[in-house]
Amino acid sequence: MIRPKRLDSILDAVGNTPLMRLSRLERDTPGVEIYAKLEFQNPGGSVKDRAAREIFLDAIARGELTRDRVLIDSTSGNTGVAYSLMGAALGYRVALVMPSNVSQARKDITRAFGTEIIFSDPLEGSDGAIRLAGKLVAEQPDRYYYPDQYSNPSNPGAHYRTTGVEILADVGDRITHFVTGLGTTGTMMGTTRRLKEHARPVRCVAAQPSESLHGLEGLKHLPSSLVPAIYDGALPDETMWITTEDGWDMTDRLWDEHAMLVGHSAGANAFAAWSIAKDLSARGETGCVVTILCDRGDRYFPKMKWERLYTW
Amino acid sequence: MAITVRVPTQLRTLTGGREEVSADGATVGAVIDAIEAAHPGLKDRLLDAKGIRRFINLYLNDEDVRFLDGLGTAVKEGDSLTVVPAIAGG
Repeated sequence: MIRPKRLDSILDAVGNTPLMRLSRLERDTPGVEIYAKLEFQNPGGSVKDRAAREIFLDAIARGELTRDRVLIDSTSGNTGVAYSLMGAALGYRVALVMPSNVSQARKDITRAFGTEIIFSDPLEGSDGAIRLAGKLVAEQPDRYYYPDQYSNPSNPGAHYRTTGVEILADVGDRITHFVTGLGTTGTMMGTTRRLKEHARPVRCVAAQPSESLHGLEGLKHLPSSLVPAIYDGALPDETMWITTEDGWDMTDRLWDEHAMLVGHSAGANAFAAWSIAKDLSARGETGCVVTILCDRGDRYFPKMKWERLYTW
Repeated sequence: MAITVRVPTQLRTLTGGREEVSADGATVGAVIDAIEAAHPGLKDRLLDAKGIRRFINLYLNDEDVRFLDGLGTAVKEGDSLTVVPAIAGG
């Protein structure tokens, strides 16, 4: 794939991310390759830039997002950063509803772009933020444009149009498996739809946290959550259940062995890819497993002692 | 000593849907034992063999107990213990 070096706008810096071989993990999986798409290379630092760009451009093209309205959505953080970036680049105002326990880095980054933040109850998590966003929009329908990333076809559409195409351009001749975790489910749905059109059969696996109260920030345990409208349960060939401990340990391993400081959802994805590769290898099969490294880990540093007080 | 324990939505299946439960105990650990007795299954979600699970955040009033004395942190009448979940999805 040709990666352009000269760009006209920050929007053009979204996507076309490198696909990197996780050669150290492959030591455990003889005969099976593992690749990861480095989504932290996007200008907003996460995979969410793809969906946010598509959501903005589609809404503007349809005439739904106009300069007199404020784009509002609920987010666990990365979509918020991505919306803030796109809003600043395109000249639209953005408001975000986030649980108040999102990391300080996310609050600071989004505010730096001029975004308004509205906090929801931390005990109600991202579903509480979804409900609060819906309530605010119902109260002031003329003030807000509410794209609702969990229901918006532009979200999986971005991955169908870009992520899936890029993976096939890079390893279309060898890919056997694709696995990624579920959040809004946009990455899984859109990429899988594109990979399923490919001449080679590709087994597509959805990863979810194994329990409702988990530490894989950004991923959703669907059995205990509001299920996103864009999610089609018939699309994944299989669902894998990942424990927080496995996801966190793999996050540490990516740092130690590959010098990649990524977030916990990326660690969970890499663990899922490594597990699939190990199973194939143990059966004596060959293969090529592709996954997504959603974002960097520098948005998740634990609080320092002088930051220990929580403001409710 | 009765203190209030606030639980996130994900654990409310174990508390009969209630956001707040009351429990007795002199320390954070004793309070968790007391809520386990009343609502079996909660303790395993919060603790493992090494103590508080790495991704669970327990706040005594507005302070993370990791920066106090962990499970040994003393509690007093009227305190509030809050279980704060990680943020899921999107």
